[in-house]
Amino acid sequence: MTLRVDDQGGLAYSGYNFAYLDEQTKRMIRRALLKAVAIPGYQVPFGGREMPMPYGWGTGGMQLTASILGADDVLKVIDQGADDTTNAVSIRTFFERVAGVETTTSTAAASVIQTRHRIPELPLSRHQILVFQVPIPEPLRFIEPSEEETRVMHALEEYGVMHVKLYEDIARHGHIATTYAYPVKVDERYVMDPSPIPKFDNPKLDMNEALMLFGAGREKRLYAIPPYTQVKSLDFEDHPFEIQSWDEACALCGASDSYLDEVITDDQGGRMFVCSDTDYCQQCRGEVA
Amino acid sequence: MTAIRQPFLSASALDKSFVLHAQSGQQLDVMRGLELSLMPGECLVLAGRSGIGKSTLLKMVNGNYRVSAGRLTLHFDDGELELSDLPAQAWHVLRRDVIGYVSQFLRVVPRVSARQVVMEPLLSQGVAQDEACCRAEALLARLNLPKRLWDLAPGTFSGGEQQRVNIARGFIAEHPLLLLDEPTASLDSANRDVVVELIQEAKARGTAMLGIFHDEDVRERVADRQLPLEEHMLRAGDASTAVNDDTQELPR
Amino acid sequence: MKRPQLIRPALLEARNITRLYGPKQGCEEIDFTLHQGEVLGIVGESGSGKSTLLRVLSGLEKPDNGQVIYHRSEPSFSELTGTDLTTPEPAHTGLGGAEGALDLYAISEARRRALLRMEWGLVHQNPRDGLRLGVSAGANVSERLMALGQRHYGNLRAASQDWMGRVELDPRRIDDAPRTFSGGMQQRLQIARTLVTEPRLVFMDEPTGGLDVSVQARLLDMLRTLTRQLGLSVILVTHDLAVARLLAHRLMVMRQGRVVEAGLTDQILDDPQHDYTQLLVSSVLTP
Repeated sequence: MTLRVDDQGGLAYSGYNFAYLDEQTKRMIRRALLKAVAIPGYQVPFGGREMPMPYGWGTGGMQLTASILGADDVLKVIDQGADDTTNAVSIRTFFERVAGVETTTSTAAASVIQTRHRIPELPLSRHQILVFQVPIPEPLRFIEPSEEETRVMHALEEYGVMHVKLYEDIARHGHIATTYAYPVKVDERYVMDPSPIPKFDNPKLDMNEALMLFGAGREKRLYAIPPYTQVKSLDFEDHPFEIQSWDEACALCGASDSYLDEVITDDQGGRMFVCSDTDYCQQCRGEVA
Repeated sequence: MTAIRQPFLSASALDKSFVLHAQSGQQLDVMRGLELSLMPGECLVLAGRSGIGKSTLLKMVNGNYRVSAGRLTLHFDDGELELSDLPAQAWHVLRRDVIGYVSQFLRVVPRVSARQVVMEPLLSQGVAQDEACCRAEALLARLNLPKRLWDLAPGTFSGGEQQRVNIARGFIAEHPLLLLDEPTASLDSANRDVVVELIQEAKARGTAMLGIFHDEDVRERVADRQLPLEEHMLRAGDASTAVNDDTQELPR
Repeated sequence: MKRPQLIRPALLEARNITRLYGPKQGCEEIDFTLHQGEVLGIVGESGSGKSTLLRVLSGLEKPDNGQVIYHRSEPSFSELTGTDLTTPEPAHTGLGGAEGALDLYAISEARRRALLRMEWGLVHQNPRDGLRLGVSAGANVSERLMALGQRHYGNLRAASQDWMGRVELDPRRIDDAPRTFSGGMQQRLQIARTLVTEPRLVFMDEPTGGLDVSVQARLLDMLRTLTRQLGLSVILVTHDLAVARLLAHRLMVMRQGRVVEAGLTDQILDDPQHDYTQLLVSSVLTP
């Protein structure tokens, strides 16, 4: 295994197949993805492979990304909205080296975006694919430990228990306190866990122009929301679905329409709210400047 | 009274026997060839020594005992109903709407109030809660059951008090056929009088009654006719004839 | 007096049901018809096959042989609330519409499960088997309503409180976890959870089984009252003849997987015909 300088002048490993996975594996995953696209929200099992990093670091998303990546794709990787966290940087570098693809931090410039826990603020286009890293794909798992039973429940649309969870939220907190991994119903059929994105991002799932793929490495399940698919967040008539809102605007760019992270700035209780989507924040600052 | 009146209840060649499997299949014939007819508004009193099994006949009419042979028939305006081979589910309706039974012992769910016990036959007929409650209280008051007992479960009552709850429960729904198994046994004379009144009123409504009364005074006052059972009871005087004598009722 | 209407329509029919795990283990050649509004008690000793029969009847276990036929007639609660039982497969069974006889194990699993959830109910002996212990009393009671598609939190809550009251639980405890309830209260909660959709047919497996005698009595009274008020049909499995006497209109006595005697409850208990029934009845202790 040797490092070599590729055409673009970057570092690339030789001796690996393009994008790390062998072609048979990629073909198997693509077939599963086709099924997932055909049945929006349905969890398709796939033969997950070992990736050179531990479960929980996005191995499911990486296998999907590896399977769909072409040499001319431009890859962006975000972790909780940020391009510059260890995880995002590692994955980005990984694909630079094993696939030699171009990478970017710009949402608009990317053709494939792998993400953990966020959907970019900038609306996606029909030329883009968003790949989610999923820890627990089964939305019914919290109430039903048996996989056999949850499959039957999905097959028969027995989704009453999903509202039991929301009911319990309201009973305990006075409102639906689930703020992330908020369950949705896809195309009026399957109840789906959108991965731990904040519920702020749930409305972006609905009728999105981009193809959205979800991969869970440990559980070896993948599922999809095809472009322009109706995605509805579960709720009650008298407790309708609501997204988070903030009194502040982003302290860095002044945006008032983005998802904000609270950042502690010192030991005296100083804090600020900033965009979680770093690229969006930079774009906004660029416009202002 | 017209001659063409038909009885409400009739029995013809009625036999009853018990087979005791625990005693090597021994068969006990306790009744043979009983005939009776009971008119609406009539009180027919079963006569005979204690232990002869008068209750056996009441229990056959009420469905607790099977008829071994013969006919036991209810005569409705629009036809007869043969009780000896009635399917089980038909008895539910008969007991709710047609046959009332005042047994010697009160058999109810423990810890249910006396008032509720009395209301139940009306409620099962679909009478509204309020009305059932009013009628139950009126009857309990008439039977001189102290008001403080109405909300208590009859399990703790004295024999006479339980008896009165039982009578109220039996009379409240005004069934067209009433079976009375010693309703006055443990009552004082004032309350016996109330029961006699209730029976007279029931007669006036046209209720047909089949009763057992050990108290000679009550018997004289309510009986239109008496039916001596001796000749129909093959093992007369032997109290062990019945498999389940009244003293073995479940649960107490 | 006119002859009263004595025969009520059939609700559930067991036709020659056999389910055996081994020789005389299970139930064999069971035939009966349950009518609307009837409470049928199945009595027998442990191992007589009564629980197996209940599992088969209630749709939980396919019999080796025989059929369970359910007769649907009047519009049910689920239909009134707009949930259509027939949606999963309108055409395939040939039964299609809302009325008619359903062969429990010939219809699809989807319809069978929908039936169990919407028109039937099952009360387990151990309330922990029938409750979700991780969520509040209110969530437990209203789950079946949510499964029927009710999506108004306030209404769900009101229904839960109403039902808690009906089973004599303090409605103010609606947000408490079932774990904090006593055994008798948990059983009443399970009953509320089952009856909230006003099912037509309820299966009960020793509902007063693990309870103190004093708690049993109250529960028995409540079950009698609710059965009457809702016009419920009930199939009740019990080994307690006193419970059977108070709750059941009709009894089936089982022994070694077979029905040895069946009929009116009072008749079975006062004038048993079969030698085993005579033994059973005469073996009961009376205080």
